[in-house]
Amino acid sequence: MKYLDEFRDPAIAKQILAEIKKTVTKPWVIMEVCGGQTHSIIKNGIDQILPKEIELVHGPGCPVCVTPLEIIDKALAIASLPNVIFTSFGDMLRVPGSNKDLFQVKSEGGDVRIVYSPLESLKIARNNPDKEVVFFAVGFETTAPGNAMAIHQAQREGITNFSELVSHVLVPPAMTTLLSSPKNRVQAYLAAGHVCAIMGWREYEPIAKKYKVPIVPTGFEPIDVLEGILLAVQLLEEGCYEVTNQYLRAVQRDGNRPAQDLVNKVYEVGNRKWRGIGEIPQSGLMIRNEYSNYDAEKKFNVGNIITQESDKCIAGIILQGLKKPHECPAFGKECTPMNPLGATMVSSEGACAAYYKYQRIKND
Amino acid sequence: MNNVDINSMSCPLPKMDFETVQLAHGAGGKLSSDLIEKIFLPRFGNKTLDKLEDQAILENPGKRLAFTTDSFVVDPIFFPGGNIGELAINGTINDVAMSGAKPLYLSVGFILEEGLSLEILHKIALSMEFAAKQAGVQIVTGDTKVVNKGSCDKLFINTSGIGAVPDGVNISAANIQPGDKIIISGTVADHGMAVMTTREDLSFKSQVNSDTAALNGLVDDMLNVSKDIRAMRDPTRGGVATTLNEFARQSNVGIQLYTDSVPVKPEVKGACEVLGIDPLYVANEGKLIAVVPEGIAREMLSAMQSNKLGKDAKIIGETVTENQGIVVQSTGLGANRIVDMPIGEQLPRIC
Repeated sequence: MKYLDEFRDPAIAKQILAEIKKTVTKPWVIMEVCGGQTHSIIKNGIDQILPKEIELVHGPGCPVCVTPLEIIDKALAIASLPNVIFTSFGDMLRVPGSNKDLFQVKSEGGDVRIVYSPLESLKIARNNPDKEVVFFAVGFETTAPGNAMAIHQAQREGITNFSELVSHVLVPPAMTTLLSSPKNRVQAYLAAGHVCAIMGWREYEPIAKKYKVPIVPTGFEPIDVLEGILLAVQLLEEGCYEVTNQYLRAVQRDGNRPAQDLVNKVYEVGNRKWRGIGEIPQSGLMIRNEYSNYDAEKKFNVGNIITQESDKCIAGIILQGLKKPHECPAFGKECTPMNPLGATMVSSEGACAAYYKYQRIKND
Repeated sequence: MNNVDINSMSCPLPKMDFETVQLAHGAGGKLSSDLIEKIFLPRFGNKTLDKLEDQAILENPGKRLAFTTDSFVVDPIFFPGGNIGELAINGTINDVAMSGAKPLYLSVGFILEEGLSLEILHKIALSMEFAAKQAGVQIVTGDTKVVNKGSCDKLFINTSGIGAVPDGVNISAANIQPGDKIIISGTVADHGMAVMTTREDLSFKSQVNSDTAALNGLVDDMLNVSKDIRAMRDPTRGGVATTLNEFARQSNVGIQLYTDSVPVKPEVKGACEVLGIDPLYVANEGKLIAVVPEGIAREMLSAMQSNKLGKDAKIIGETVTENQGIVVQSTGLGANRIVDMPIGEQLPRIC
């Protein structure tokens, strides 16, 4: 398939791998930020074929994984209400809240529906004027424009039975939080290609300079990831701390300006708690006051929810790249995709799920 | 494959007192008889069914029988390339045929929702008649129940099937040995994506058709090559990955899939990419996976390729002594990955 097969071509992969081997002279720790990249790395076994000098650590870029437990519990509470149609991307349905997940709410009679786009959710609202339709708006900068568009359109059309439960997070504050940590091991980032397609990479330039880390906006196919690693290693070996774009077919320095404008119109930046990591200042998007009628947290009374994480789950440490999933004592034992202790074992972009799905063989 | 354009069939709905299914159609009285005599008997009739006894009396077709049952609840009931009726016929025929048995008789049980259009029921019965005739099986007994509106979704169909197992044929996952070859009869994920792209409210129109087909003719051709087929299954729900994992676990061998070996049509691959779904986990309704000794694999493959339902057949992997109970695929980069059992519903990627 054009634009796909050439980015999965084993012959090209081997050439890039040879180039990486030729370039690397000392050990480097590189973090791929996005869970989609983690998935591609583990699925294709890229971590198994890299020279031993290069260690890949898996970043926090899985929106499902970092959505705080309180928000999941709020989702469960709203979805259980009569007269509510709760819509979400599929990944969120199996994420464990404090004592159940959205699938369970559905089996108990809640109207929970999987959608592929927030605009589909808006359509459900249009077709069901006597119901309250709520969309679970999670994700990074990538999904924010679509979610902003749904609210923008709802307002323009005067649709009042639509709202969003928002848990949007922003990547650069998380990247700087990790770099500022005394435990930080990351020496270079493969930045999330889809996030950069929206946001561009201007905001990464000061980060690369300040923390002396090369940053490479990188795609998701095996060739993208290998090329991203090659560029990162070249920059590390040269001591060059700047941003170099691998994902040429999707990312420009300024990103997608109309999409950014729409996001800024509907949402504003605020503090946000990340599951497993804690609160990161200025790391989330909130619905602006002008659009507060579309804020599900304000529309439904779900304010007082207090949560307690499983003490067996080390997802926070994994999301910071300090441990690998199979180093968790619960991995594959108490914690499996069938019975997950944390969100990293659920999402198709979660590092634990990727290890469980594709690489359990090494640990059996 | 043998998809019927039921709209082009020149057999109009017989004149009925009602346009839709009434509760009384399942109550055993005059309306029940009307439904049987005007819709079902003209379509399915044969000398066993026509007697309208409480049971079918069958000639014993052989020493060993294969017997199976399956229920069909697909939504939507009409999808590109087929409908719930032909699926209910083909699905049960295939489950019988995977033992190497010759499928002979079917039972059909309908659960109808009050208010279902009789026109639609008639169309479905027509395509069931066509599918059964094409596969050479008889519908010998049946039942109809009607439930209140809202108590089921349009209609559900249960079919059971009986077939005769030829002497010397013993097909079972327990027979698989290390060193065997694994053959798939054609492209995967067609049915699941045909249904999914219809069901999900997606903004693209897919060109994907279901592969629903009866595979007993293909199995005949395969048994003519050799009766020494170790194991055979049709990878329906859960897809190829699930069937291969069942083979690996039940025979305690490892399964090694070759890189990119499983054939997928470009349009199906495209739809899977967009939805973030792995075609190995998507349902098929007209494909089989056979495990055969290496010595007969080539001959078996070419016999399959000579049948139109096996024209895209391919050897996709082999059984090995290492990684017992696990399916592994080489990634093309010189690494291996596990192809695991799916947990349940395939979840789409969110970014």
